[in-house]
Amino acid sequence: MSKPIVATTSLAGCFGCHMSVLDIDERILELIELVEFNKSPINDIKKFTKKCDIGLIEGGCCNSENVHVLRDFREHCKILVSVGECAIMGGLPAMRNGIPIRECLEEAYLNGPTVVGNEEGIIPNDPELPMLLDKVYPCHEIVKIDYFLPGCPPRADLIWEALVALVTGDEMKLPYEVLKFD
Amino acid sequence: MSQFVKFTIDTIECMATRGQYLVDAARENGIFIPTLCNYPGVKPKGSCRICTVKVNGKLMTACTTPVAEGMNVENESAEINDLRKSIIELLFVEGNHFCPACEKSGSCELQALAYRFKMLVPRFPFQFPYRSVDASHPKIIKDHNRCILCKRCIRAITDDSGRSIFAYRKRGIGVEVVVDPKLGKQLTDELAQKAMDICPVGSILVKEKGFNVPIGARRYDKSPIGSDIESMQISKI
Ligand code: SF4
Ligand code: SF4
Ligand code: FES
Repeated sequence: MSKPIVATTSLAGCFGCHMSVLDIDERILELIELVEFNKSPINDIKKFTKKCDIGLIEGGCCNSENVHVLRDFREHCKILVSVGECAIMGGLPAMRNGIPIRECLEEAYLNGPTVVGNEEGIIPNDPELPMLLDKVYPCHEIVKIDYFLPGCPPRADLIWEALVALVTGDEMKLPYEVLKFD
Repeated sequence: MSQFVKFTIDTIECMATRGQYLVDAARENGIFIPTLCNYPGVKPKGSCRICTVKVNGKLMTACTTPVAEGMNVENESAEINDLRKSIIELLFVEGNHFCPACEKSGSCELQALAYRFKMLVPRFPFQFPYRSVDASHPKIIKDHNRCILCKRCIRAITDDSGRSIFAYRKRGIGVEVVVDPKLGKQLTDELAQKAMDICPVGSILVKEKGFNVPIGARRYDKSPIGSDIESMQISKI
């Protein structure tokens, strides 16, 4: 039987969840026995080359590119997992959600205390740049998400358990100390 | 009439003092009924509905219902626990709960209940309401993003003449719990600390006291909320 194929991505996240995947330490050797990786920043494969079984999503959707990538993952993966608080509820980037987008941009590029050298008062709007969304969206409000792994980042043990459970089909245990929101 | 009554919770036989509220009676019998707005020693209010149980088949709040002889209470059923879980989920989506950046994380009762009920994601859409943080009081910060309007602070924190130092402001969906502008000066250091401790979430913070307990040593890092009560039951058997 061929190995299950895993893809991963980081949307509006900080890469902390990916670091937590690496935090499984020597079990990473077991992991590469267990699964094959496709599109992922871990192996730097930039485009899907085949259909995948499991997609791990870090980060919520803060711009049009995030939405595009997330939809691409939904199309290519049988199972999608929201990994971490940002994917699940927007996380720290969503702290801007109560504030109008114009105000956020003006604070970042015009009025903020750390703004230097923008004498012309330009707010970046090059067509090459992804459009910011009005707010940061949890992934499951954009596409169907099958499973959720909370934590900031989720504990390495939680990610490991979830991957093993998904690959082997066993039920996942959720020990108290690995299910945390911080 | 005897001073004691016999009743059952999930078919376990219990005994309590007549007139005791169900949550307290259950606790004395080593059974945990989850609570949020209720606080030992403070007059019950029955506002959050987390403590919902079925008494002789009817839904009731255990923090406001006195025990009576022969009551059959249903506490740990799948139906009731899902009702409770849905209330927790509602509280998460109707405020702004960014646990990774919250001073109360690890010691928060709302979060601890979410852990206990294994909430992975709320079933309701996130509202992301606009709420402010009020740091104008010299001693405390009032973060409206996290307030669950349980009224514990209003009921428990009073000045020498029994007036509440915390109060409601605005109405309906915009309602906020604030420090009463006239009585705010009466908030002593001890009362400020008491208010922070009594708030189940991270909505009342004594200035410069946040994040002073390391991760791993916080109240609910190692053991679930209610496990202290349940361990009494186990040792009793
Ligand atoms: S108050 Fe509790 S639930 Fe809300 S953000 Fe803080 S820790 Fe999380
Ligand atoms: S500030 Fe805290 S104690 Fe007061 S009503 Fe809000 S959540 Fe309850
Ligand atoms: S604890 Fe009983 S209603 Fe809130």
